[in-house]
Amino acid sequence: MASSDVAAVAGDTRRDDLGAARRFPLWLYVPAAVAVAVLVLPLVALLVRLDWTQVPAAVASPAALQALTLSLVTAAIATAVCVVLGVPLAMVIARSSRGIAAVLRTLTTLPLVLPPLVGGIALLALLGRSGLLGETLGVLGVRIPFTTTAVVIAQTFVALPFLVITVEGSLRTAGTRYETVAAGLGARRFTVFRRITLPLVAPGVLAGTVLCFARALGEFGATALFAGNSAGTTRTMPLAIYTAFNGAGVSEDIAIALSLMLILVAIAVLVLMRSWREDAPR
Amino acid sequence: MTREAGGALEARVVARVGDFTLDVAVAVAASEVLAVLGPNGSGKSTLLAAIAGHRAPTAGVVRIGERVLARAPATGGVEHDDGGDVAVDVDVAERSVGLLGQHPLLFPHLSALENVAFGPRAHGVPKRDARAVASDWLERVGLPGLERRLPSALSGGQQQRVALARTLAARPDVLLLDEPFAALDVQAAAAMRRLVSEQRASLAIPTLLVTHDPLDAIVLADRAAILQAGRIVQQGPTAEVLGHPRTPFAAALAGVNLLTGVAVARDAVRIAGAGGPIVLRGTGDALQVGTPASVVFSPASVHARAAASVDPAQAAGPSQPADPSRPVDPSQPVDNTWIGAVASLEPARGGVRIVTDQHPDLAIDVPSTAAVGLDLSTGARLAFHVAPTDVSVRTL
Repeated sequence: MASSDVAAVAGDTRRDDLGAARRFPLWLYVPAAVAVAVLVLPLVALLVRLDWTQVPAAVASPAALQALTLSLVTAAIATAVCVVLGVPLAMVIARSSRGIAAVLRTLTTLPLVLPPLVGGIALLALLGRSGLLGETLGVLGVRIPFTTTAVVIAQTFVALPFLVITVEGSLRTAGTRYETVAAGLGARRFTVFRRITLPLVAPGVLAGTVLCFARALGEFGATALFAGNSAGTTRTMPLAIYTAFNGAGVSEDIAIALSLMLILVAIAVLVLMRSWREDAPR
Repeated sequence: MTREAGGALEARVVARVGDFTLDVAVAVAASEVLAVLGPNGSGKSTLLAAIAGHRAPTAGVVRIGERVLARAPATGGVEHDDGGDVAVDVDVAERSVGLLGQHPLLFPHLSALENVAFGPRAHGVPKRDARAVASDWLERVGLPGLERRLPSALSGGQQQRVALARTLAARPDVLLLDEPFAALDVQAAAAMRRLVSEQRASLAIPTLLVTHDPLDAIVLADRAAILQAGRIVQQGPTAEVLGHPRTPFAAALAGVNLLTGVAVARDAVRIAGAGGPIVLRGTGDALQVGTPASVVFSPASVHARAAASVDPAQAAGPSQPADPSRPVDPSQPVDNTWIGAVASLEPARGGVRIVTDQHPDLAIDVPSTAAVGLDLSTGARLAFHVAPTDVSVRTL
């Protein structure tokens, strides 16, 4: 903990007094254990039910690989878009007056609490054939729904809040003191942003990016409505799992095997995040 | 980046923050240090914020030489006409005002060297040259060889040295020091004070030092100003402001006794008190008999002994040879000597602070070694003496 005294100087209050951490009613262990069971048991059941002999074939099938590739590519693009748009939005929220920040924060959080299906319908209302913008785009010869672009837009719509909220929290924790010091040393705004602000919130940006990517990867509802489910262009992993599960030519076991792939990707992402974040909770 | 040459700092600042109004005018010549002394809430930070550009003044002007940093045309009856009526508020990054605060606030993700090189690089100096400049500065502040350390691997005192180097490496036209020693332990603070004192000799820029500690002003400042409730109540050479404060507030700040009375001789003032008058003889102004005058002396320069055991041979205590020709008689005021009954005691540096019933606004500090030999119970009568050479007198 070489950084602890610096944290103390900086008035950091994130580190709790670990000595007092154990003083809570012991019966809390019971609901806590149930909570762990709720979270973990379904995944355990999935692994138990898995027909391991089917896994290699299911995972190596062209359909599965096609879906996985599409998922990874669209989620990566959506995440890149989220970073490019979301970090500036987080900066604006974090440095705005209280009232403006509250409004922007509420608007940002809305897609987070909205059922993704509603998001899909909303996207259709905007960009669909007779939508608010879609009609004009159609005249120009641009058709977005039921394309890979639609997949990326749907993923961006649902994943962006995760990035913005995370980065905004980091920015507010970091405060503006170092930025003020940097400005006092003669640094212009962009220099301050590039050399001070961004490095200071890098852990937050990374965490937000990972969450954002995971959310984009798992996106189903908005994609299904807005982008459809056509193999190769819009059938991402979640849609492939859904399709397989509904038995359109494939068995339930394949759906489970595909799910296993998504779980592994998710675990890989979380492990990556932990190893990158120095201040990961122990 | 081209800059006009520096010059004197001139700041006339009116700033309203809620109910509080700051209304001060300070001028600091190039290579001069002005200490602004005041307690929390006196407006020190507001003044610095107006100069540094963190807060626009309600009215007034801030300039370095001919360069105007901020100007707010007077409105609403506040008269601060400086001939210009165009509002100016130069961006923080363009001010060339160096600010070193209580906390070093080193950029935690940059090494000591990169922290110091930040200012030069922000001014467009190539990376390699900026590092060379930074390396020189680290040597000047006594930290050679620590270039690669991250701030978290430096002690508090070292961090503050790096912060000073970082501030000066940006080549400011004005240096603002905001309680720069307050967060350091005694030894680190002393070393840092020495460092600032060394550096100020080679800096040809005005320095404004804000502090609540008179020691900072004594060591570093040519002039001192006392700020009280948003106004400067006394300003002048440090020795005069702290050596002979004009207001009870300034006296309390300087840690000295300030008493007022009437001159009874060229060098003596009679102070009224509940237990009879005290006549205090001292040095300073030539007083005119019958006019109001003030007296200042340190609580530690007063010697105390038990009043009951009056012995002319020991009238002034063991460390202060007494004037044997002046026997101490409680019934009659003897110059620089008085009797008091202990009203309250509190800890003082290295001893005990005594306040008496007769002169509640007069503190006497007795070293522990002397205090153990005294009866310090409430109501105990003690005889006090202060040498004329330790007393300064001024006409009011």
